[in-house]
Amino acid sequence: MKRGFSILAIVTALLLSFGLYAALVIAPTERTMGDVQRIFYYHVPSAWTAFLLFIINFVASLLYLIRKNIKADILAQVSAEVGVVFCTVVLVTGPIWARPVWGIWWTWDLRLTLTLLLWLIYVSYLVLRRFSTSGQTPVLAAVLAVFGAIDVPLVYFSIWFFRTQHPSPVIGGGGSLDPGMGRVLLINWAAFLCLAWLVCWTRYRLEVFKREVDEAHALQLLPEVSR
Amino acid sequence: MNSLHYLYAAYIATWAIHGMYLWILARKAGQLKKEMGKLKKAVSTQHSTLS
Repeated sequence: MKRGFSILAIVTALLLSFGLYAALVIAPTERTMGDVQRIFYYHVPSAWTAFLLFIINFVASLLYLIRKNIKADILAQVSAEVGVVFCTVVLVTGPIWARPVWGIWWTWDLRLTLTLLLWLIYVSYLVLRRFSTSGQTPVLAAVLAVFGAIDVPLVYFSIWFFRTQHPSPVIGGGGSLDPGMGRVLLINWAAFLCLAWLVCWTRYRLEVFKREVDEAHALQLLPEVSR
Repeated sequence: MNSLHYLYAAYIATWAIHGMYLWILARKAGQLKKEMGKLKKAVSTQHSTLS
C-alpha cells in the first residue's frame, strides 16, 4: 500500500512536470489568442477532473443511502472536497483567461453561472458536513449530493444545447482542436487525474484517522460517564 | 497587462490553490497526530491509576 502510494506520487510529479513543460513549450501557439490560450491546458483538465469527482460523490452518496456503507460515506466526503478544489481552479483560471480575450473578467453567461452554482452546491455540502451536529448528517449530505449532481450534466452540456459566450466544446462538440494541442491537453488531464487520485487517497486516510481519534475520544469519556 | 502575465497568473493561481489545500491537509494531520498522542497518554495514566 505504502509502495503503491510512493509510485503514484512519483508518476504524478513526473506527469505534472512534463504537462507543464508541454503546455508552455511544446504546444503550438494559438493564432488569434496567442499565449494566453495556454491557460486552457490547466482550465479544461481541472474542469473534467472536478466533474469526475462530483460523479464519484454522487455514486458514493447513492451507495451510502442504499447500503449505509461507511466507506462510501467517507469516499463521498473526500471526492466532494477535492472536487471543490478543482472547481475553484476552474473558476479562478476562467476569468484570468476571459479578461484579455473577452475584455471582461466575468459575465452571467449560462455556462459560467451554472459552474458557480455547482461550486456553491458542493461548498454548502461541505459546510453541512463540517458544522451539522445531527446524527443524520451523512444522510442529509448524501441527499444533497444526489440532487446537487444534477448540475454536473447541466454545466457540461450547456455549451452543446444553448448559445453561450463560452467557447464550444473542443472534443466531440463540433469544435476543432489541433492534434498537437489535443495531446498536450490529454497529458495534462492524465496529470491532474493522478493528482486528484493522490490527494483523495491522502484525504481518505486522514478522514479514517480522524474518525479513529473521535472514537478514541468517545471511549475515553465512557469511564468518566459511568463513574 | 501583457497576455503572458495572464498566463503566468493563471498557472501560479492553480498551484497556489492546490498548495494551500495540501498545507491545510498537512496541518490537520499534524493536529490529529498530536490529539491521538494525548489520548494515548491519558488512557495509559487512567490504566495506571485503576491498577
